[in-house]
Amino acid sequence: MEVTRAEVCAAACADAWRDAGEVLAHAVGVLPMIGARLARLTTCPDLVLSDGEAFFMSEPPPLGRTAADGGVVEGWVPFRRVFDLVASGRRQSMMAAAQIDPYGNQNISLIGDWRRPTRQLIGVRGAPGNTVNHRTDYWVARHTPKVFVEKVDVVCGVGNDRARAGRGLRFHHLGVVITNLAVLGYGDGGRLRIRSVHPGVTVEEVRKNTGFDLDAAGATRTRLPDETELGLIREVIDPRGLRDREVPPGPAPGA
Amino acid sequence: MGDKTMPLEDFAATIESGMTIGIGGWGSRRKPMALVRALLRGDVRDLTVVSFGGPDVGLLCAAGKVRKLVYGFVSLDSIALDPHFRAARERGALETAEYDEGMVVTGLRAAAARLSFLPTRAGLGSDVLAMNPDLVTIASPYDGEEYLAMKALPLDVALIHVNRADAAGNAQYLGPDPYFDDLYAMAADRAYVSTERIVPPEDLLATGPAQSLLISRIFVTGVIEAPRGAHFTSCEPDYGRDEAFQAHYASSAGDGAAWELFRETYLDGGEPDYHQAVARFHADRNDRNDRNDRHDRQARHGGHGRAEGSR
Repeated sequence: MEVTRAEVCAAACADAWRDAGEVLAHAVGVLPMIGARLARLTTCPDLVLSDGEAFFMSEPPPLGRTAADGGVVEGWVPFRRVFDLVASGRRQSMMAAAQIDPYGNQNISLIGDWRRPTRQLIGVRGAPGNTVNHRTDYWVARHTPKVFVEKVDVVCGVGNDRARAGRGLRFHHLGVVITNLAVLGYGDGGRLRIRSVHPGVTVEEVRKNTGFDLDAAGATRTRLPDETELGLIREVIDPRGLRDREVPPGPAPGA
Repeated sequence: MGDKTMPLEDFAATIESGMTIGIGGWGSRRKPMALVRALLRGDVRDLTVVSFGGPDVGLLCAAGKVRKLVYGFVSLDSIALDPHFRAARERGALETAEYDEGMVVTGLRAAAARLSFLPTRAGLGSDVLAMNPDLVTIASPYDGEEYLAMKALPLDVALIHVNRADAAGNAQYLGPDPYFDDLYAMAADRAYVSTERIVPPEDLLATGPAQSLLISRIFVTGVIEAPRGAHFTSCEPDYGRDEAFQAHYASSAGDGAAWELFRETYLDGGEPDYHQAVARFHADRNDRNDRNDRHDRQARHGGHGRAEGSR
């Protein structure tokens, strides 16, 4: 059977947690959630999952549901403890981004001027605290120049340029940005660069859909999930195929 | 122990314009909605609201009662954003202090401990500092590391809804998450607790363990019995979120005439009128669904296949 784009993204997301160890996986979005579960079942067995509400899960509930819908609870993590965990650093996030700039500054708060936004979004939420306390990765389901901009309207998640300029940001650690087209990493100067393009995607396509220059030197092809991973994704983690709603099969948008 | 029970109307009369009020719960979860509705009925204005925002913030914004909003997010959980909050922001109608969620917790902790600030890393390097020019950083006296000095968020009044309470104000949550309601109570000069049911103190441990006794009467000024008082937000395990009604709220917020109708139908009367109107909303909806089901069956029997868009 053909491996879909969503399945390539799932394996790429799982790779972000490969070396996370015994920490809480925080995943926003369907593919990051699949990725965290896949990592837990393959390369990172000590990873701690939650139901996104108030429980640590030794067996996770069905994808997108809470402990009330099944699974096995192994601990209690009400919101107040989430903030304690953030401060402890024993957590690794994959968050979404409405905008992201060349240094990984991320915006989910609003579009326009914060005094009177043209489009109010969710607010900074936990992005400032996450990015200064533990590793943070981003997931962008639709890679477009509107998301990848030269300058974000509000810095919610802290980027590498700002982290290097400030004191007290010794735990700042941006990992990767995974999109429906590519995996981006950060170069020596802290700037985003293309690490790999997904099978069927060209470097030119990624560049065309990015609002700033991306170095692609040494860019490879994103790996395919192996047979074990495909079985887990299709039969165990996401039998209902929710992943295809977030990353539709077929030609990528903007292709 | 004193009897602190009071009717909803008496609670509303204690709130004055210009006050800073903290609202417990989280997003669209265990919000003191009956207390918020009581505020909507009165003429209190110019409030500074501190909240992990949900429809509490939306309703107060829609009624033009909020001068300043202190928040990390305003979400309906199953619907990403409260439409009244969004509209108020896009009109430029609100003064705001937008913080990282953890910073709001830190600010409440500082106020609860009567400190003027507490150090935190959250917010450093982000535009939270640009959006809140009154915030400053401090250097650790031990090693010089820089922290954000999150200023205390003291409250005039805290509004909280819990599953059970006794008449003296010992308050109990029975769901999976206490949220930050105890901190709100401790950060406030006065706290008003609405509850699904007032029970004698000897009954408090009948339904939950000692750890569920979230707030001591030391911090509570008034107790209001308000069954379904968190509606339409969730109040586990007594009831879940009323998703259909929340969707109706959100879609009504989208245009002026629809919102007028929503306000007249649900908000202009008293609390019992509200709950009767919500019951009618569900009865009408069930009728509609039954009719659609019949229509579908007829359509199928008539050989026309399933009627598209019938629900």
